[in-house]
Amino acid sequence: MYDALAGFAQTWGLLFFVVIFACVLVYALWPKNQKKFDEAARVPLEDDDKPAAAEERALDEDKDKTNG
Amino acid sequence: MSALAQPKRSGFDTSAMAMTAVCLLGLVWSILAAANGADAAMRTQSWLIGAGFLFGLLAIVGIYGEGGVKTEPTEYNESVVKAGAIASMFWGVVGILVGVVIAAQLAFPALLSWDAFPQLNFGRLRPLHTSGVIFAFGGNVLIATSFYVVQRTCRTRIASDAGAWFVFWGYQFFIVIAATGYLLGITQSKEYAEPEWYADIWLTLVWVVYLLVFLVTLAKRKEPHIYVANWFYLAFIVTIAMLHVINNLAMPASLLGSRSYSAFAGVQDALTQWWYGHNAVGFFLTAGFLAIMYYFIPKRVDRPVYSYRLSIIHFWSLIFIYIWAGPHHLHYTALPEWAQTLGMTFSIMLWMPSWGGMINGLMTLSGAWDRLRTDPVVRMLVISVAFYGMSTFEGPVMSIRAVNSLSHYTDWTIGHVHSGALGWVGFISFGALYCMIPWLWKRKGMYSRALIEWHFWVATLGILLYITSMWVSGIMQGLMWRAYNSLGFLEYSFVETVEAMQPYYIIRMLGGVLYLAGALLMAWNVYKTIKGDVRHTEDVAQPQSHKIQPAE
Repeated sequence: MYDALAGFAQTWGLLFFVVIFACVLVYALWPKNQKKFDEAARVPLEDDDKPAAAEERALDEDKDKTNG
Repeated sequence: MSALAQPKRSGFDTSAMAMTAVCLLGLVWSILAAANGADAAMRTQSWLIGAGFLFGLLAIVGIYGEGGVKTEPTEYNESVVKAGAIASMFWGVVGILVGVVIAAQLAFPALLSWDAFPQLNFGRLRPLHTSGVIFAFGGNVLIATSFYVVQRTCRTRIASDAGAWFVFWGYQFFIVIAATGYLLGITQSKEYAEPEWYADIWLTLVWVVYLLVFLVTLAKRKEPHIYVANWFYLAFIVTIAMLHVINNLAMPASLLGSRSYSAFAGVQDALTQWWYGHNAVGFFLTAGFLAIMYYFIPKRVDRPVYSYRLSIIHFWSLIFIYIWAGPHHLHYTALPEWAQTLGMTFSIMLWMPSWGGMINGLMTLSGAWDRLRTDPVVRMLVISVAFYGMSTFEGPVMSIRAVNSLSHYTDWTIGHVHSGALGWVGFISFGALYCMIPWLWKRKGMYSRALIEWHFWVATLGILLYITSMWVSGIMQGLMWRAYNSLGFLEYSFVETVEAMQPYYIIRMLGGVLYLAGALLMAWNVYKTIKGDVRHTEDVAQPQSHKIQPAE
């Protein structure tokens, strides 16, 4: 049992982790993702004092005014 | 105002029922334990635990009698973050103060050593200090900032207000149970995991709710991307849950007693403990505080993080590598040598993600380096990242088996831990609190900039005294232990090495006093800021809804 588990961990387990990590590297370095990451990097700088729900409600109230 | 803008009340919902059931169950258990507890310490402590649950029940009656927990989806929940900021400050001062007391006890062993008051022995105060600074101070900083950051970066209110408040108060309750337990002599003797089984079960419950609140908030985010700080917070929450549950697997000797037996024995127990212990460093004191770095440094200097790509690689390489480093605590023990080598190899591999992260944090200042001179809070954040770099360089060196043969069991280890704890964790927390408190209480800035400057310099001097004295003392201690005379006998008796360390212990204590003085200055500054005594031209906290200009 120990040998089987250790054997699996030392071969397939290792390979599994290396492949996942390689996928992470490809994702992080893929040129097309640059724009997405640039936007993500600005997330902390562009927050407002209110959650997005506040804007949505303000929009809804504007609509109500124009309708009625 | 329209009816829509009024805060909603939750009513007595499922989560309220669950909390009531938990409090009732806890109260019944504490009454039984107070009456019939298996040991005296348990019988004493269950009065306190019972009082906590009774307090919880009263709070439930009070809050839900009024109609339930207030919630308003068009506002962020900042009150739970405010509570967390105040709790952090309080526990920070307490934890550091106990640290100074035990440093004094090491220098002057007769101090507070009375047969009538075993509660004040070094052995009982020491876990009070470590848990106080790591879990009470650090944990509150992490919970408060994570609730703040996840709401802001997801542009949505926290998923469950009742859940968030349960996490806050449940966590304080855990701290009080753990701390009073140590003083009463209740411990399961696992370093950084001293609380006994009943406190562990309570923390598990609190932590699972924390995880759920965090995950559901992420799920209802209004941003397409999950900002990197949230990844670090999530890794911290998930990993701590796993480590805590597995390392604390134990069988209580009695369901109404404070003693339990670990599920592991011998070297397996040691390996599980240091797998836990080192990852408490890795995922509590590193990943969690890196989340703070990735939010508060960009926010404070108004620059996006230097390389978002690097932050992704930093995150995943840290996650993949840290979890294997624990065995370096068990060099030259019964642990198989291959496992020791594995732990050492992974520790050395950690150099790369650690320094990658440090560079990413520091380079975020590019174009804003002048802020180092003008803004003491930025200086504090930057010095903390520098200490992060220094202690993550020192750690891998000490994990090398040959170096470890000199450093292990000496004060060098204590110095190393404190360059990380006082320098990195402490300063990044102070910096984040100095940013967050004016934001939360809507002040122009902190009450006094000069006090921040004083805090910075006094605390930095304190850290330097601490780590340099411990280097000298530790290396001297290691060399004295291994010195042989020409006949092959040990050159020094153990007590001679203890005697030789005394001057360094006094210097270390003075370093701690300085660090404590800095924290007290901060507490005063925070108090005055919250009270609203902010003068006009003082500290320059960025207004929170500041839109950035493109960099030239």
